[in-house]
Amino acid sequence: MTDTRGTRIGLGVAAALVIAFLWLPLLLIMVYAFNSSTIQTWPISGFTLHWFHEAWHDREVRSSLWLSLRVGLLATTVALVIGTAAAAAIYRFRFFGREAVSLLLLLPIALPGIITGMALNSFFTFGGVQFSTWTIVAGHATFCVVIVYNNVLARLRRSSPSLIEASMDLGADGWQTFRWVIWPVLSTALVAGGLLAFALSFDEVIVTTFTAGAQTTLPIYILDHIQRGQDLPVVNAIVFVVILVTVIPVTIAQRLTGDTGVLRRGASPTKV
Amino acid sequence: MFAVVYLGALASLFVSAFWEVDAFTAAVIHTWSLDNFRRLWDDHTYWRITGRTIGLASAVTLTDAVLAFPLAYFIARLASGRTRATLFVLVLLPLWSSYLVRIYAWRTILAKNGALNWVLNGLGLPDAGLAYTNTAMWIVFSYVWLPFMILPVYAALERIPENYLEASQDLGAKRWRTLRSVILPLALPGLVAGSIFTFSLTLGDFITPALVGGAGSSFIGNIVEEQVGLPNVPFAAAFATVPVIVMAVYLVIARRLGAFEAV
Repeated sequence: MTDTRGTRIGLGVAAALVIAFLWLPLLLIMVYAFNSSTIQTWPISGFTLHWFHEAWHDREVRSSLWLSLRVGLLATTVALVIGTAAAAAIYRFRFFGREAVSLLLLLPIALPGIITGMALNSFFTFGGVQFSTWTIVAGHATFCVVIVYNNVLARLRRSSPSLIEASMDLGADGWQTFRWVIWPVLSTALVAGGLLAFALSFDEVIVTTFTAGAQTTLPIYILDHIQRGQDLPVVNAIVFVVILVTVIPVTIAQRLTGDTGVLRRGASPTKV
Repeated sequence: MFAVVYLGALASLFVSAFWEVDAFTAAVIHTWSLDNFRRLWDDHTYWRITGRTIGLASAVTLTDAVLAFPLAYFIARLASGRTRATLFVLVLLPLWSSYLVRIYAWRTILAKNGALNWVLNGLGLPDAGLAYTNTAMWIVFSYVWLPFMILPVYAALERIPENYLEASQDLGAKRWRTLRSVILPLALPGLVAGSIFTFSLTLGDFITPALVGGAGSSFIGNIVEEQVGLPNVPFAAAFATVPVIVMAVYLVIARRLGAFEAV
């Protein structure tokens, strides 16, 4: 060890401070959900669960939550299909334009969300496509596909191709190989990729503002109300739930893969 | 199919930057001209907005690099076993938790009756008055993108073999010398990789300026969003080429510095 005791303590303190910086705002905003007053002041004036009740019975909240859930599930499904197929194709075959495809799959993450959003917006407008659940799904699918693709590709690269050959040699047909060899290898990567994709979609605002038209997803509801300073206690209760809803799938995904899900996001998986 | 739609949309967007909008009907006229770019070039407001966007993106990137390094170093080289796993999850969760929620959290903290002023007043200090300023944007951007810097730096630091540090010490290098000549150069690709996230994410954002910025804190993204809403997509597209070009240049430099091998 080259680090002296002094350095270690200093770094430990610095690390603790940065962790506190990351977490205090989140914990603080979660406390606001229990604020008995409608005025946003710190410290909160009293404890109540009233706003959760209020939020749950609000029609607008319900419809936007329902839309967000629907979009999240559809975008995740689309992402699982396309992302897995793309990862399998890149992994398994050498084909013309392979490099281009793997580069293309990075664009939705590398380009600022506003560009993707605008591009889709003008595409829908010029193409005469009415804004609907499906336009939001298309917008979200762009980055959800990348997440699934990265997770699946990373898993495929870590597993040995000889497993498949061995299975074939032992006389398994295509389906058996898939069921007993490929699926066990891929399943956790798919679950993790799907969970992360859902978490991303459930939170997304930027691309959504451009692809939703007049529809309101939950993040759009939150954004609107924050900007207008309206029903903030209800927003606080929703925010509390949203934090929990994103923390849970991410923790599970992390357990399943031990991956960060992000380290490869902006890097180049183009190297094989 | 999906890729075709996406690429087609992107391409048509940038082509539309050379088109115009009829002032009366708001219909897009397909005549080729550089008018949108000329309008951007001639108006000082747009230069100021571009300067603010790029300036803040750079400040945020530097801040995150400084904040991320000690924590990443601690997780990668000093913490072990359970502590390490716990710290890792503690960095990961804020990254994936809602970015809108995290901006909102800061909006309440910096507000006049928020937690920051409560702490300051408790210490006998006056209000910070940070709400709706560029400083607020700087804090909030640094906060929301920090995990994107910590993870790649961590990955780079973790990969440095222990015996490099021992060798440096054996050769008589003091701690600072080892840090400067061994650790930092090897961590650089990680720092650059992280900076791609912090820089590009700040460059394209418009939510943070809208929620915590003041009257004069518009970003390129705010103008673009406003113009799309008008609707004047051609002008929005023209302005949107600015962050795309900046990012392209940045990526070329990052590649030279080895950022793509780091993660």
